[in-house]
Amino acid sequence: MSTITTPPSGTGGGAPGSSPEPGSGASTSVSSRPAKPSLFGRLPVVHQLRQSVGLQRGMLVAGLIITAVYVICAVFAQWIAPYGFAQLRDASGPFGSQQPPSPSHIWGTTVGGYDVFSRVIWGAQTALEVMVVAIILSIFVGVFLGLVSGYLGGWLDRVLVVIADAIYAFPSLLLAIVMSIVISGGQSNLYGGILAAAISITVVYIPQYFRVIRSEAVRIKSEAFVESAMVIGASTPRIMFRHVLRNSTRTLPLIFTLNASEAVLTLAGLGFLGFGIEPTAAAEWGYDLNKSLSDVTSGIWWTAIFPGLAIVLSVLGVTLVGESLNDLADPRLRGRRAVAAASGTVAQTSVVPGGPLEGGPGGLAGLEDTEGGDDRDR
Amino acid sequence: MSSLISEAAPETAAESTTTFKKQRNGGGLGRYIVVRFLLIIPTIFILVTLVFFLMRLTGDPITAALGGRLNATQLQERIHAAGYDRPILVQYFEYLGQIATGNFGTSISDNRPITTILVTYGAATLELAFYALIVAFIVGIPLGLVAAYFRDKGQDAVLRVFAILCYATPVFFAGILLKLIFSVWLNVLPVAGRASTGSEFEMQDLPHTTGFYLIDAFQTGDPAVISDVLLHAVLPAVTLGLLTAGIFLRLVRTNVIGTLNTDYVDAARSRGVSEYRLVRKHAYKPALIPIITVIGLQIALLLSGAVLTESTFEWKGLGFQLAQYLGARDFVAVQGIVALLAVIVAITNFIVDVAAAIIDPRVRY
Repeated sequence: MSTITTPPSGTGGGAPGSSPEPGSGASTSVSSRPAKPSLFGRLPVVHQLRQSVGLQRGMLVAGLIITAVYVICAVFAQWIAPYGFAQLRDASGPFGSQQPPSPSHIWGTTVGGYDVFSRVIWGAQTALEVMVVAIILSIFVGVFLGLVSGYLGGWLDRVLVVIADAIYAFPSLLLAIVMSIVISGGQSNLYGGILAAAISITVVYIPQYFRVIRSEAVRIKSEAFVESAMVIGASTPRIMFRHVLRNSTRTLPLIFTLNASEAVLTLAGLGFLGFGIEPTAAAEWGYDLNKSLSDVTSGIWWTAIFPGLAIVLSVLGVTLVGESLNDLADPRLRGRRAVAAASGTVAQTSVVPGGPLEGGPGGLAGLEDTEGGDDRDR
Repeated sequence: MSSLISEAAPETAAESTTTFKKQRNGGGLGRYIVVRFLLIIPTIFILVTLVFFLMRLTGDPITAALGGRLNATQLQERIHAAGYDRPILVQYFEYLGQIATGNFGTSISDNRPITTILVTYGAATLELAFYALIVAFIVGIPLGLVAAYFRDKGQDAVLRVFAILCYATPVFFAGILLKLIFSVWLNVLPVAGRASTGSEFEMQDLPHTTGFYLIDAFQTGDPAVISDVLLHAVLPAVTLGLLTAGIFLRLVRTNVIGTLNTDYVDAARSRGVSEYRLVRKHAYKPALIPIITVIGLQIALLLSGAVLTESTFEWKGLGFQLAQYLGARDFVAVQGIVALLAVIVAITNFIVDVAAAIIDPRVRY
């Protein structure tokens, strides 16, 4: 309690020049602040892992394990899968269609005569590729547009906001369908298919990145350090990319884990409707589920259950990580007994640059400390 | 810490009330509704324009639909007859004009006006969405309250994983699983469709069919038909409802926990109000307000989900038709249905926003 009674109003927490790094300036009121953790400790996920306690940590760890297994399957599909994704026969003849699980085909074969296990493993690779391309594309386009729109403002900002809102409100799957028609006319080979699916997904997610980055840019634009940069004579692009962008990326990891999982779902949805990737070009879980739809009525379960579970698990893993990161970043949702050591770092990880707020009436630094104190009181 | 809050609070409170009054003087609910209504127009306009130009980038719809089946001259004739060889801007303005008069074009593969398709199949989609919302409310809100009440305990963890599972399971896989369990293995529910053929015949004989099978079934007054229709609805409704239920659960949990941390709940707690009563009486209702707003955004998700659910269960609604036309590469029909859905989404969002503004005065800014 006594650690935070310093009023945030007035001259602000840190005496000017008292601390070498601006990040701690705002929160010198937290006297029990731990030493700055090592570089390893400050890595995004590692930091949260240390910050989390109890169930939160359990969920985060479970998510990380599932995601790791998924990524391993995807990267080493070639060595894990016993057969190719489009392989119909081996040395002892054709696989046969709709064969129940047996030692040679542990998860059976599909109606098209493919090995289910191999296609599930190869499917992880396709999903990961689409996910990575989609996220990279949407981060670049969405972040760039959001930054430009938020920092420059004016009519461009207004037009972009209206467009982004319109797209955001639209059913994402329908938009992805339209995009995949545009890009590939509905049929696709491997790279065309992956790119088409990724771009379709990107278009859906650009508005989300756009919104987040834009609102951060609008907020940071009015900070004093941006003004200082202007006074010094820094060029607009330099301020935008060096000062504003660096400070507005705090929420990105959260959106991107959540979007990664949605990308897998959208890809599967497209595949289920017949707009995915051809079965001979790559394995895709949604396509396999579509083909298994008629199997189910005759009691053939292995063609549907395994690709379906693969989707669920990969989405579950990534979402668990994203959810945990999200909860840990939101002080209101953090556990009531959030570790004191971790709550001290709130101001550091989030964008509350100490310097600019000095002299302001408490400002954000005050709020952050209030939150931290709140946690410790309970 | 408390001194800190009391110091900061009056300032911000006074500030917010003055700005609030200023805005209130600027206009009340009426003005908000008008402004919000006018915002629909650019939304629809942008989406329709976007879809139109995107679809035309691929070439004309006739070639896409009939490309393999006609020879070059026949194809040219059809393209010319449909006017697809004119400048794209001319086509675009003609299309806008058509939409303004409620004409969304005619499908190529089976030559039906898109508006007829909407009238025939829209009711089925609405019915499904309605059932799904009921399931979502029944499952999502109570479980969200339970999760908030037991926050950070075992029950909370189980419910949160359940919510994530609801979201992580693609609707078509959930549908296939439910089908496998309840229709094939247990054999208690029908596999697909909206009603068995017998019931459909009985309902077609009605003088005024509404397209809502439940209403039609009640019109026949035949208990067998009613139960048949309801049994057919169970699996699709649960499939689509669980998707939304997971989101409701998370939302209710987050909001109730957020409300439980507010000053007035702290005050109630210090007066000795039990934790159960705090959740049930104090934190529950304010937490429901954001849900109303979120339902608006869920409409888009619900429609995406409906497309997949309908395809899984052969539920003959708009989504099922859309999937059929996609398969037939009939892009005029796709464009029409997509544009129509855009209008539906925009109007629903408007209604939801107005409802939220009526319930919660803070929204009217």
